[in-house]
Order: sequence, then C-alpha cells, then structure tokens
Amino acid sequence: MTDTHIDREALSVLREVMEEGYPELLDTFLADSEIRLAELQKTADTKALSEVAHSFKGSASNMGAVRLAELCRELESGAKDKSPEEIVKLVAEISVEFAEVRPVYENEKHHAHMH
Amino acid sequence: MQAQEPLTILIAEDSAADRLLLSTIVRRQGHEVLTATNGAEALEVFRRQAPHLVLMDAMMPVMDGFEAARQIKALAGETLVPIIFLTSLTESEALARCLEAGGDDFLAKPYNQVILAAKIKAMDRLRRLQATVLQQRDLIAKHHDYLLNEQRVAKAVFDKVAHSGCLSAPNIRYLQSPYALFNGDLLLAAYTPAGDMHVLLGDFTGHGLPAAVGAMPLAEVFYGMTAKGYGLAETLREMNAKLKRILPVDMFCCATMLCLSFQRRTVEVWNGGMPDGYLHRIATGERVPLPARHLPLGVLNPQAFDDRTEVQAMTVGDRVFLLSDGVIDTTDADDRLFGVERLQQLFAANHEPDNLFAEIAQALHAFRGEPRDDVSMVEVSLLEAAHVVPPAPVYSDSGQSSPLDWSVSFEFRGATLKRFNPLPYLLQLLLEVHGLRTQGGAIYSVLAELYSNALEHGVLGLDSSLKRDAAGFARYYEMRNERLEALQDGYVRVHLQIKPQGAGGCLVIRVEDSGKGFDVARVMERPLDGVRLSGRGVSLIRQLGHNASWSDEGRSACVEFFWEG
Repeated sequence: MTDTHIDREALSVLREVMEEGYPELLDTFLADSEIRLAELQKTADTKALSEVAHSFKGSASNMGAVRLAELCRELESGAKDKSPEEIVKLVAEISVEFAEVRPVYENEKHHAHMH
Repeated sequence: MQAQEPLTILIAEDSAADRLLLSTIVRRQGHEVLTATNGAEALEVFRRQAPHLVLMDAMMPVMDGFEAARQIKALAGETLVPIIFLTSLTESEALARCLEAGGDDFLAKPYNQVILAAKIKAMDRLRRLQATVLQQRDLIAKHHDYLLNEQRVAKAVFDKVAHSGCLSAPNIRYLQSPYALFNGDLLLAAYTPAGDMHVLLGDFTGHGLPAAVGAMPLAEVFYGMTAKGYGLAETLREMNAKLKRILPVDMFCCATMLCLSFQRRTVEVWNGGMPDGYLHRIATGERVPLPARHLPLGVLNPQAFDDRTEVQAMTVGDRVFLLSDGVIDTTDADDRLFGVERLQQLFAANHEPDNLFAEIAQALHAFRGEPRDDVSMVEVSLLEAAHVVPPAPVYSDSGQSSPLDWSVSFEFRGATLKRFNPLPYLLQLLLEVHGLRTQGGAIYSVLAELYSNALEHGVLGLDSSLKRDAAGFARYYEMRNERLEALQDGYVRVHLQIKPQGAGGCLVIRVEDSGKGFDVARVMERPLDGVRLSGRGVSLIRQLGHNASWSDEGRSACVEFFWEG
C-alpha cells in the first residue's frame, strides 16, 4: 500500500489520541463506511448522493484515507452535473478504493490488539 | 497560562466515527462531553443540560446544523454559547451560512487536536468576557436605577419646598428643565408680608446630587425669611453665611435676587456671579443691564459679605429678565459660544415680549443642534398693585393664647440702624394677635413705610423729591447706602399698643425719629393718588391704615388698625 491512499502520519496520531479506543474507532469507521457505500450504490437522487459523499468525505479525511476522501469530494461537488454513467463509474471507483484501504484498517486493528 | 476550567461541551455529529474521535479528543482535553446525532437531538440535549459550548456538524439528518444553531442561539438569549461548526465545507457560500446561523467559528476535517484545543480556549474566553459584560451591564443598570430613584426622591422633596412659593403667579414666566435642580439651577419666588415679591435665580457649581444638596437650605432660608418680612440684605446675608458654613470650599451658588415692589413700583437687585439680567422698560424699549456686582453666595465669610443692592424704578408692564449661564455658554459644533451679543440680537429682533423665551430657546437649539437641559430663564413683570393678590398665610395655632392688652416700645439707635431690620420681629409680635392676622400685609406695608420714612427722611435726611425721575432714583439709593454707612447718631422709636374694644380691638402704631421733620400740612394736601415716584409712602399709609396723623413737625407718625370680634 503506497502513501497516495493512506496518510500514515494521521494514523499514528489517531492511535495516540484514541489509545485503547483505537480498535473501536477503526470498527466504527469500517461499519459506517459499509453503510455509506451501500447508500451510494442504491440511490440515484443527486442531492442525497452529494450529502452522503460529504459525510463519507469527512470521516475518510479524519481517518487519513486521503484518496477515498478525494473521490468522495469529487462525487459531492459533481453529483449534480455528472451523467448517470459518470456517477456510476465514480461510485465504483469509491468502492474499489474502500476495498483497497480496508485491509490497512483491519491490519491496524490487529496490531492494536497485539500491543 | 492558567489551567482551563472544565467545560460541558455538546458534540452534534451524525457520523459515528467522527463523533467517537471528536468525543475522545475533547474528553482527553479535560471537558465533559454530551453527544447528539442530529440537530433535533442537539436542541433537546441543549435544553436539558445547557452545555457551555457546542461543536456542530453542518450537514445532519432530521434537522441540520444551521437550524439547530439558530434555535440554540435563540434559547441562549444574551448568554454567549459559542458554536463551532465542524465542517469540511469549502465553498465560501456555505461558510457564510454557518456564520449567519449564529456560528462563531469553524473546525475543518480532518480534525487537528491542537487547533481544536486553541479554539475551545478562545471561545471560552469570549464566553466569559460576555458573561462579565452582562454582569457589569446589569450592575450599571442597577446603579442607574438607584441614582434615578434618588433623584426622584430628592426632586419630590425639593418640589415640596420650592412649590411653597409663588412661581405660578400671573406676572412670572419661566423656562426650566424639570431636572434643572440636578444641573444646579434653582428658581424661587415668594410674596413678602407686604405683598412684594422676592425672586431668586441661582446656579450651584457642579452637577447631579452634589449640585442639588445646597438648594434645600437655600430655599428654606429664602422662604422662611421672605415670609417673615426680611428684606434682600438680611436674607442674602443669611443665605451666604449658611452656604459658607455647610458647603465644601469648591462649591458655591451664583445667584440673582430681586425684590419687586408693586406698591412702590421698584425693583431691588442683588447679583452675585450670574450673567447680566435685564430690566426691560416697555415704554422706551430700553434694556437696563443688571450686572453682577458681587461674588457668589457661599464664597465670602459673613464679615466680608457685601449685601448692597441696587434699586430701579419701574412702571406697570416693565419686565425683569434673568437667565442662567447655560444660555450664553451654549456652544456650537465648532466650540463657539452663543454669547451675550447673540442674546442681544434676539432682544433687538423681538417684537412680541411674550414670545421672547420661545425665540431664545429656538435660537439655542438651532445654534447647538440639540436642546440642552441646563438653561433657565425667568421674566417677572410689574403689575398694578391692586392686581396682586398674595395668598393668605395659614396659621396652625388655636388662638387661645392671643394677647389682647399690651404695649411695647423700642428705640433703635445709630449702629443698630445700619444693619438690623426690626420689621420682621415686630410683625411676628403683632401676628400673635389673631384679630390682626387678616390685615398682616397692610400692617406690614404701613410699618415698613413708616420705618423707612423715619430712617431715610428722618435720620438720614434724604430728600424724597430726588426720586422724581429714574436717574434721581438711583442716586437716592446710592446716597442712602453712603449715609447709612457713615451713620453715628440718631434713633428710630417704635411704639406698639394693643387695646381691647368690645369683642374686637385696636392697634396703635407710633413711629418717631431724630430727624428734622417736614411740612406736614403741605404733604397732607396732596391727593391720595399714589402713582408718583416720590411721596407715595404717605398716601399708602393713609390708604391702608386708619387715622394716620403726623405731629412734632413730622417727626412723629401715628396710625391705627381695628378688628372686629
């Protein structure tokens, strides 16, 4: 995994801030993201898409998922101008990116338990 | 830096991960955390637990952060509950919406705990500042209420004292702010027992209650002594001595005092430190200035105080105009004074005397751009004596101890005549006789006339024919002051006799002097017209008293008064 997907520095700050709450934060983020991803995939309403993308972008940026946050930002601001095809393509990219970073957080959780 | 006191902070955020992260950060910074997952919940928590500060996500389901912020601000009222919007909003329009909804600051995602701590601290400072300001505002408002109440009470008490006078008399017009007292301005008027009118326009140094406290003793002396028949000189001496005794050195009272005599058609003036007053002679249009000749009341000690007055002749309809320095000291936007010249231009332009006040007030307003509340003006006009009706004095004793058969004799000699005015004392004595009380004014007028004739024409040897014109009039009173000052010998004797007669009684007043006397027969030939400047006294005595007679070549005068049972 390269640094274009994850801000490793941000992760270490989170680990430090959260201490024993770190695994819970990781679980919450992953569960939250699953829900948001499902919402993005099933809705065609551009306003709803934009709002979900906005929230997803916020937590992704907090969690150091910089590429995911960037894709969400693109969807949030472009939802109303893009064609349905482009939106479907962008949501697909978000899914792929989430699938990419997911193991990183799983792994973090594992490491946290190791301590 | 001082350790921050823990705050209760509400976090309203729909994203579970962000909420968890932010709660952990804020709690680790030592604060108590409340959470809500949407705007409606945030409002509910705010109502229940009144947190100090709110971290609010802008985009939330059910009720968004903008609406929640608006309602929280409305609930908080004057108390500052800072709201920091949590946002990754980047469009300036959306940021502006946060501020419009009442947001105080922003925190961008991803969260930076150092910046968050600094913002919470800054907002807490602001919150405390606001609380302090509100507390101080309430304190100031409370003090202000206190002050207003004190002024109300002081004014009510003072009005009781001040309104015992005759400011509502038909010949007095005045313009004064209802709160002039607290600018140190003071206007008093009262009838003397002889039906003359005393008027005082005063201006104490300073403002507020300190300027008002001196007004009370001054008014008491003014009313007390005027009612007892004391003249300007004694009253002024007493007022000066009292103020000198009770006021701090930097406080004093500029004042002009008048005695307007409807019988004699004169005005007697003493001006200590006030702007020029004016005697407006209606017939010629001339305005004779009445300038300050003395230091204000309360400055000099009693020995150094100068009670010399000036006397001017008046005719019916003439007016005396007095003003406070608020008139000529009014400044415009460029700090220029309104000044005496502008006042005199107004005098010159005035055609209808009754409009003068309004014209001056209007000119001051136009000059300054706004009205001011420390301008006092009073105008007193001379009426026909017959049109002046002083109210009857009220006595509170039962009358059971009224003395009905007695006589008394006084002899007032040289040095005493210079300063002592025996008339108030004599009047008090006579008013112990209840049957005489309804004639108190006439008795006093006659007694005053007899006494001043005995003193001025008898002891001082002044010629009343001097008083034929206005210039001679002034000269007469100058000579009176000079001769009185130089007086060594001579006397005035006053004999009073009370005899019962049936159910009523009789008062005999006899006044003798050590002077040269006068040609009684010639004076008695004069008609009882009483309108000339000179010789009016004899007519007055003959009109008001009974059986007026002169003997011993005019050196002894006798008048009688009667009452029914």
